[in-house]
Amino acid sequence: MIGIKSFGAYIPRYRMNRKVIAQAIGWFSPVGGKGERAVANFDEDAITMAVAAGMDCLGDLDNSHIDALYLASTTLPYKERQNAGIVSAALALKDDVHTADVTSSVKSGTAALIAAFNAVKAQNAQEAMVAATDMRLGKPASPEESAFGDGAAAFLVSDKDVVASFEGSYSLSYDFVDIRRDEKDRFGKTWEPRWVRDEGYFKMIPEVISGLLKKYNLDIKDFSKVIYPCPNSRDAAAMAKKLGMDPSQITDDLQTVVGNTGSAYALMMFVNALQEAKPGDKILVASFGNGCDALYFQVTDKIKQLKHIKGVKGYLNIRADLTNYIQYLVFRDILPVETGIRGEHVPPTQLSQTWRLRDTIMGLYGCKCQKCGTPQYPVSRVCVNPDCEAVDQMELYRFANRKGTVISYTSDNLAFTPNPPQSYCIIDFEGGGRNQFDFTDCNPSQLSVGMSVTMTFRRKYYDANRSIYFYYWKAVPAVEA
Amino acid sequence: MSGIKDKVAIIGMGCTKFGERFDKSAEDLMLDCFLEALEDSGIEKKDIDAAWMGCSVDETSLGKSAIILNSTLRMPYTPVTRTENYCATGTEAFRGACYAVASGAYDVALALGVEKLKDVGFGGLPPGQMGTVRRLLGPNSTAPGEFAQMANTYFAKYGIDPDEGKRILAHISVKSHHNGTLSPKAHLRKEITIEDVLKAPMIASPLGLFDCCGVSDGAACAIITTAEKAKKLRKDPIYVKALQISATSGEDLMYNTWDGAHVESTYRAGIRAYKEAEITDPRKEISMMEVHDCFSITELTAYEDLQTSPRGRAREDIESGFYDLDGQIPCQPDGGLKCFGHPTGASGLRMIYEIYKQLQGKAGERQIKNPKLGITHNMGGIPCYNLAAVTILGTK
Repeated sequence: MIGIKSFGAYIPRYRMNRKVIAQAIGWFSPVGGKGERAVANFDEDAITMAVAAGMDCLGDLDNSHIDALYLASTTLPYKERQNAGIVSAALALKDDVHTADVTSSVKSGTAALIAAFNAVKAQNAQEAMVAATDMRLGKPASPEESAFGDGAAAFLVSDKDVVASFEGSYSLSYDFVDIRRDEKDRFGKTWEPRWVRDEGYFKMIPEVISGLLKKYNLDIKDFSKVIYPCPNSRDAAAMAKKLGMDPSQITDDLQTVVGNTGSAYALMMFVNALQEAKPGDKILVASFGNGCDALYFQVTDKIKQLKHIKGVKGYLNIRADLTNYIQYLVFRDILPVETGIRGEHVPPTQLSQTWRLRDTIMGLYGCKCQKCGTPQYPVSRVCVNPDCEAVDQMELYRFANRKGTVISYTSDNLAFTPNPPQSYCIIDFEGGGRNQFDFTDCNPSQLSVGMSVTMTFRRKYYDANRSIYFYYWKAVPAVEA
Repeated sequence: MSGIKDKVAIIGMGCTKFGERFDKSAEDLMLDCFLEALEDSGIEKKDIDAAWMGCSVDETSLGKSAIILNSTLRMPYTPVTRTENYCATGTEAFRGACYAVASGAYDVALALGVEKLKDVGFGGLPPGQMGTVRRLLGPNSTAPGEFAQMANTYFAKYGIDPDEGKRILAHISVKSHHNGTLSPKAHLRKEITIEDVLKAPMIASPLGLFDCCGVSDGAACAIITTAEKAKKLRKDPIYVKALQISATSGEDLMYNTWDGAHVESTYRAGIRAYKEAEITDPRKEISMMEVHDCFSITELTAYEDLQTSPRGRAREDIESGFYDLDGQIPCQPDGGLKCFGHPTGASGLRMIYEIYKQLQGKAGERQIKNPKLGITHNMGGIPCYNLAAVTILGTK
C-alpha cells in the first residue's frame, strides 16, 4: 500500500495581526482583514521552512530509504543552485538521492506529492520525501500582503507503514493567468479578483473534483474532509455549496491564523486535517494554480502511532506577536535601514572551504571518538578529550536532532542583526558535545542558564557580492509539541 | 628547565597617551613610544640587536610583517619579527625579546606593541578576527557579548541575583575610573559612580557601557637586556621573574567540563608563573596587578584564576577595597584596559610599563608604597576559546 508514512508542518513563530497592517497602511488602501498571518523571521526563507517541516515529519525516523526529494515552492531563493539540494543536505539525506525543485505555480505542492507517489509506485524510489513551502511577498498595501502567510508542509511517501493511503489523483492544466511574477518581479501581479473567482477557481476546483469522483466512481459525500484552498477565504462556503458538500466536510483554511501559504497551502490544510483524522476517514485534497490537482487518501490505523509531530496544530501554539509593521518591512528588506559600518562588514565566503565543511555546515555533523566515545562538534581529527587525544578515530555524528542545555548566554546590542539584540549561547548537547551558537526565535528576557534548546536551520548571513545565502544552524528555546 | 627568572631585565620603556588618537598614525605612535624608551634606557638605537613587534588587528593596515618597525624607526637590516596572539599580542612581543636575550643570541632586544583601532569607523573591535571557520560556524558575536556570557554563568553558578551581580561588577569599574583620573596617559579620565554604571546603556546583557574597556589607539615598548648588563646600565632595572602563557586545546568550547564561570587558561598560566617566580602565596606576596580587564567580569574572574581571591569569593575582596589603589593588592593602578584604554597589540606592554614605573617609584600621584613584585595578565580570545599570558616582574 502506497501512501503517507509521516507528515509535518512548520509555521514561523511571528504572527502579525492584520489590524497591524491596516493601522500602518490602511490610510492608503482598505487592507487588513480578520485574524493574523504568519511572518517568517528575518533569517527564514522557503528553504529553511521546508527543512523545519521536514524535520517535523522525519523526527527520529530512519531516513536511509529516502531515494527522492521534491521541493515545491514559488519563492525559492536560487534560480541556479538547486534549492532541493540544500534541503536534502540539511535533512542529512543520503548522497545518492534524486532531488528536484518543483516550482512556478502554487499547484507545485500537490504536483510534487503526485510525483513522489509515482516514483514510489514505479519502484524507482523506496521512499520519497516532499516539502512544500512558500513565503510570497505581497506588495505593501496590496490585498495579497494581508492574505498571504508563510509556512511549509512535508510528507514522507512510502509503500509501507502508511498513515494514509494514496488512492488516486486527477489533474487539470490551464494557462489561466491570474497571479504571476517574471524573473525581475519581487511582488506578484494579478487581475480583477471577481474574474479570478468566477472564471477561475469557481469553475476549475469543481471540475477537478468532479473529474476525480468520476474517475474513481465516488461521491462527494464519501469524504470526511474535502480540502480546497480558495484564494479568497470568504468563498469557501459558497464553494462547499457548489460542490454539494455538507458543512461538516469543510476544513479550516487557516486564513485567520496563518494565511495563504501558496504551494504549501492545500498541504498544510491536509496536515491539519490528518492531525484530527480517524482511521477509515477519506480525505480529498485539491489545489488551485494554473489549473488544479486533486488527490484522494484513506486514513489507516497507523495514524494513532505518529506521536512525534508538531504539525500545524503544534506550531500554531508556538507564536509571538509581530506588532510593528515597519519591523516586517525591514525583515523582508522592503524598507532599507542604516546598518552602520559594522553591519556592512560581510567577509568573502570561500566556497571551496564551505564545500569541504559541508557535513558540518549543512547537516550539523560533528563526530564521535570511537576510542573514548566523546561526541564533539565540529568534526575534528584529534579527540578533544584531554585524556584521550586519539587521532583519526572519528565517526560522523549528527547533532541537528539533539536537544541542548544552555550553559551561558547573552543578548548583544553591539553585534549587527536585522532583529536586535543578537542573542547567542554555549550549549551542551544531550549525550555529550558542546559548542556556541546563535539564538533565534527567542525572547531575550526569557533566556537562562540551564534552559533547554533545539536546533533549527536558518540563514546566517547574506553575502550579496557573491550571491551566497549562508545557511547554518541556530538554537531556539525548546517547546513541546 | 631553568625558566626565565632573573635572566633578563627591562632597561627602558615608553608608552604613548592612549585614546582616540585621530591626530596620529600607527607609525607616529610607534616612534613616540620608542623615543621615550630609548631616552629612558640611555642606550643608542644602534645598540638594539633585534626586535619583536606586536600588532593584532588586520584593519590596522601595517601589513602582516614587522618590516614596518624597521622602516618607521629606521633600523637598517635589523632582525625583526611580527607576533600576533589576539589581545595578548603585546605580551607575546615581550616574550620573544626576553627569550632571545636569555638564549644569549642577542644582548639587547626591543619589544613593541601597537594598534590603531580608531581608523575602522565604528565602535568596538572589528568583527571576524578569529578565522574563517569561526566566521562560518561561530555565533554572530562581539567581544562584550562573549564575555557577558561568562558573567551570566558566574551569577548562575554562585546564586547571585543578576541585579546584585551588576552592582558587584560596578565596583570594579568605579575603582578603575578613579585610578584613570590619576593617570595622565589614560584614555578615559573621569570619576564615575555605581549608579552611573548601573544606568549606562546595555551593550551585551548584563554588561553595560561602563563594564567595557576603552577601544583605543596607542603603542608601548620595552628594551630588554641581560640581568648582568642591566645592572651596569641603570640602578633600577626591572627583572623578569616569570613569563608564561597557556592556550586552550579547544576543550572549553567543545568538551563538557568547563564551567563557563572562569578562564581556565588564566588559572593554568598563573600556576606556572608562580612556580617559575617561586611565589607560594600570591595573595601575600604580590604587590600589585595589571589584569586583562577588557570587561568588568574578566577582572573579577582573573582575581580568582590568579588565586589572589578564593574561588567564588572575589566579591568579598571587591567590596572590601582589597584591589583599590590603597588596598592590599592594588589592581589596575593606571586605570587598566578599562580607562587607560585597549589598543589590542599594545596592551600587554602597557601593563608591563605600569608595573615597571611603579616598581621604580615613578608612578606619580598613583604611586603604590614600596612595591616588590607585580603581575600582568594579558588575555587573548574569548572565555570559551582563549589564551592567557602572565608576566611577573620584580625589583631585585
